[in-house]
Amino acid sequence: MIPQQFEYSAPKTLDEALGLLAEGARPLAGGMSLIPMMKLRLANPEHLVDLGRIKDLSYIREQGTVIHVGATTTHHDVESSPLLRGKCPLLAETASYIGDVQVRNMGTIGGSVAHADPSADYPAALQALEAKIILRGAKSERTVTAEDFFVDTFTTALEPGEIVREVIVPVDGDGTGTSYQKVLQPASGFAIVGVAVRLRKSGDKISMARIGVTGLSNRAFRAKEAEKALEGRTGTPAEIQAVAALVAKGVDANSDLHASADYRLHLATVYAARALAAALGRIA
Amino acid sequence: MATTTITKTEKLVGKRIRRREDPRLITGTATYVDDIKMPGMLYAAILRSPHAAAKIRSIDISKAKALKGVHAVFVGEDTKDAGAVPCAASLPGLRVPHHNVLAIDRVYLVGHPVAVVVATDRYIARDGAELIEVDYEVESAVADPEKALAPGAHAVHPQWPDNVAFNFHQEGGDVAKAFAEADVIVKQRIVSQRLIPNSMETRGVVADWRAADRTMNLYTSTQAPHLVRSLVAQILGLEENRFRVVAPEVGGGFGAKIQTYAEEILLAWISMKLQKPVKWIESRRENFTCTIHGRGHVDFYEIAAKRDGTILGIKLKLIQDLGAYFTILTPGIPTLSVLMMPGLYRTPNISADIVGAFTNCSPTDAYRGAGRPEATHGIERMVDMLAAELKMDPAEIRLKNFVRNEEFPFPTATGLVYDTGDYSAPLKKAMDMADYDKLRKEQAEARKQGRYMGIGLCAYGEICAFGPSPATPAGGWESATVKIEPSGQVTVLTGISPHGQGEETTFAQITGDELGVGIDDVLVLHGDTSMVPYGIGTFGSRSTAVGGTALYYALQDLKAKVKKFGAMLLESEDVTLAGGKCTDNKTGKSVGFKEIAAAAYRAMKLPPNTEPGLVATHFWEPSNFTFPFGAHLVVTEVNGETGDVAIKRYIAVDDCGNILNPLIVDGQVHGGVAQGIGQALWEQAVYDDNGQLVTGEFMDYTMPRAHMMPWIESAHTVTPTPVNPLGVKGVGEAGTIGASPAVVNSVVDALSTLGVKHLDMPLTPEKLWKLISAGRQA
Ligand SMILES: Cc1cc2nc3c(=O)[nH]c(=O)nc-3n(C[C@H](O)[C@H](O)[C@H](O)COP(=O)(O)OP(=O)(O)OC[C@H]3O[C@@H](n4cnc5c(N)ncnc54)[C@H](O)[C@@H]3O)c2cc1C
Repeated sequence: MIPQQFEYSAPKTLDEALGLLAEGARPLAGGMSLIPMMKLRLANPEHLVDLGRIKDLSYIREQGTVIHVGATTTHHDVESSPLLRGKCPLLAETASYIGDVQVRNMGTIGGSVAHADPSADYPAALQALEAKIILRGAKSERTVTAEDFFVDTFTTALEPGEIVREVIVPVDGDGTGTSYQKVLQPASGFAIVGVAVRLRKSGDKISMARIGVTGLSNRAFRAKEAEKALEGRTGTPAEIQAVAALVAKGVDANSDLHASADYRLHLATVYAARALAAALGRIA
Repeated sequence: MATTTITKTEKLVGKRIRRREDPRLITGTATYVDDIKMPGMLYAAILRSPHAAAKIRSIDISKAKALKGVHAVFVGEDTKDAGAVPCAASLPGLRVPHHNVLAIDRVYLVGHPVAVVVATDRYIARDGAELIEVDYEVESAVADPEKALAPGAHAVHPQWPDNVAFNFHQEGGDVAKAFAEADVIVKQRIVSQRLIPNSMETRGVVADWRAADRTMNLYTSTQAPHLVRSLVAQILGLEENRFRVVAPEVGGGFGAKIQTYAEEILLAWISMKLQKPVKWIESRRENFTCTIHGRGHVDFYEIAAKRDGTILGIKLKLIQDLGAYFTILTPGIPTLSVLMMPGLYRTPNISADIVGAFTNCSPTDAYRGAGRPEATHGIERMVDMLAAELKMDPAEIRLKNFVRNEEFPFPTATGLVYDTGDYSAPLKKAMDMADYDKLRKEQAEARKQGRYMGIGLCAYGEICAFGPSPATPAGGWESATVKIEPSGQVTVLTGISPHGQGEETTFAQITGDELGVGIDDVLVLHGDTSMVPYGIGTFGSRSTAVGGTALYYALQDLKAKVKKFGAMLLESEDVTLAGGKCTDNKTGKSVGFKEIAAAAYRAMKLPPNTEPGLVATHFWEPSNFTFPFGAHLVVTEVNGETGDVAIKRYIAVDDCGNILNPLIVDGQVHGGVAQGIGQALWEQAVYDDNGQLVTGEFMDYTMPRAHMMPWIESAHTVTPTPVNPLGVKGVGEAGTIGASPAVVNSVVDALSTLGVKHLDMPLTPEKLWKLISAGRQA
């Protein structure tokens, strides 16, 4: 890597880091998105603040009905966490689809959501989980829903000087089934389309449906029309097909070398159906 | 610990012996160009054109020059005395664009070098390059060879408005008659897309000029160090005997490091100007845009046959996308495709026309297979289409047209003489391994269920062991020197330049067997022009077939001499050299290899008419190419919902003549098949209409990776070539050549129920999904 010259700080405390960020420095987490951009000189930060040495920013903790995931928790830690695998398997499963082993060992959840790549995997799961994202600035802290956080391609609700401190996901108890299904872009491994589904049943009726979609358009989103159409149904194959078609309905789809808009929309339908069927099958 | 006794226990050739070069590679102790550091060494960064076609109005280097740490900045005008990037291929009427090492007046591809900054470290050099201001007058560009040939297209070189670099015609037999007499003629346009060779190590150069003794040391990641030396010395007007080129560890080449590149000339030139060692290491982005690409064919085929399937003739119009300028072999590559047009079939009548088209793209040149994958893809698709037209089984039509065993040596309509073969053997073996008849039944069953299952065959032939000198641009022989040291240990110097092929192992096997010593007693050295007398290099599966043969003959000379010394020491007339010693055939007394070596150098006494020392050199000129062959059989299933292709079985039966080391042959087959599947399913260099390379990063250019590969069932038939005494043909390209047609034929077969007759690569899921959904609607 031959980037432009930059300053590098590795503070041990969050307050120290926030102080530097307030002065215009840029956070560095796993570097899996930032460093490739610096290599190409598409990003030329003057000052990097490495979040990696900050104590107590990497954790996975259960508290009541939610699980707190610290910003610098690596994809690997999420993927392999017994707590998440048991109580929020959708997040762990999604992490397992990110990149390759090296990327999962370095990349962090905070970095991924802050970067807001429209074909990143986490955002689909965070939408389906109705996750909350804690943003921390030098002076204050605020909580934003995943829905409000992802604004546009590479654009989030983060204000200058703020960092993602934590992601909060719900504990999904018995009666919930989830699944993440992804079409890999063959070169990069990112999602051409990724669909995260979270279903709950009461009796034989689906009482709650949450569907998060990534890769399809400028930002990850919740397919609310499809969710509504499924709630109250039993989830027959015909119902799943019909609901899956709604996931792609009316979406202004991305088009690139690897998939035209039409093909993406088609894949979203196919993979939504697969994710719905898998999630239904996993309801304990 | 090195062994100190010279012993020999077992025959080495034919064994699965692990590569002796691997420990240094996998422990990270090998020395690549970027590992070379010299006192006072400077670093170069090259500013490259962001435009595919533009006039350079002006260049302002003042800010770059003023940057602290920058030693020099050079632009095209400065380097006019550095000569031009060479092309060794020649064709009648060829238009050769002058390609200065840095652009002068205009740029004609994205990545065209415009200026170079030399600084104390690579970061400052790169910062300096960004401070250069170039005023471009941007022109429209042309990045597609068919569009380039259309009237009114942008002229890549203003002096040649038609963008035609050359027209080439070749014919054999009587094609007009063949087509007049044919019962059936099948026509198809077939594209072999542009590919980007990606070796793990990009290119890199260190140039170190020593003015006091007029010596140039050039370290470069190349497949052909001697050719680089001869060419760069000549271009810069330097003395060849004082010009040393070293190819240190080379991390892959695949044909993209045969060339002599602008940077090799430029770095040597800079080192002389600044009287300092200078290093340049290519970035991955530069590698994508500025190192050669491969393939780039648009082929228009016509095949004529009798109703019983007998092939009468083939016509080909071939448009070769040459790119903007030539590297060492650029215009010659498509002529290799024409040579191999008939494939393994008797095809008595052929005619071919090549049009070489300039485009505002990276030059095309030799990429693993160089012309033969394109030819094989063409003939093997056409034979399948012919079979479909005649409702024959694709295996049957192949078996019917193969050159027969008793017809070798077989003169082809393209002027080659196929050395030897048993062309039906690999096909029959592959079909046996697959249980072909059962597979066809399974396929019928799958079709009933609405599944798209395909069975694809490819019977390939290739031309290897480049090659007889009259047929190559720079000499096609190879050299070997073998030294038995006074200790008895053996050093081999070879003119080939292996960079992953494993000849440090196979050549030690050959040497061990011939001299009767163990593999650990042999060291194989290569890649340094000050050490090796001369050599042509490693490409075109020539290293073992030509370089190994040179070694074999050098060893025969040396064996005779060892036996003379052995006989002298044993006071015998009749000795055998084996098992690490010379034995008197009558008395059974023996003398060890070490004692013989010591005696040859100590020279207290010499055999009659014999010089001291044990060194032999042999330059070997082959009488012909070799022609390996084989058959690949691929079973695929296309997912009707998404268009994804799953390779269910991959069977490769290759005949490369005698096999010196099955492990290394496996590796060559596996890697080759991966690259061939890569072309069939994923890889493509995509330029947009402005000549911007869209697939300019690994994020967009799909390299095959291990987890994307099927299990490869590899087997062999063995038909030794009579062209060399080792009986080896070459296996470097076999997998690449066999794979793309086998995979495409399989997928076309899968979708034939939808009326699909042909598909161009890469077979992306979207392409197939569109066909399937259109077919379902129809
Ligand atoms: C080869 C490869 C394949 C990949 N494949 C996938 C894939 O399949 N799916 C996928 O989703 N991703 C993929 N990625 C991206 C990967 O997941 C990255 O790790 C992630 O996008 C960024 O996380 P990071 O910790 O590396 O952040 P960095 O690269 O360090 O930072 C990314 C951006 O976020 C900012 N930032 C970092 N941390 C914070 C924070 N806590 N608060 C505010 N801003 C912050 C940085 O300033 C920077 O702008 C891939 C990456 C590579 C290199």
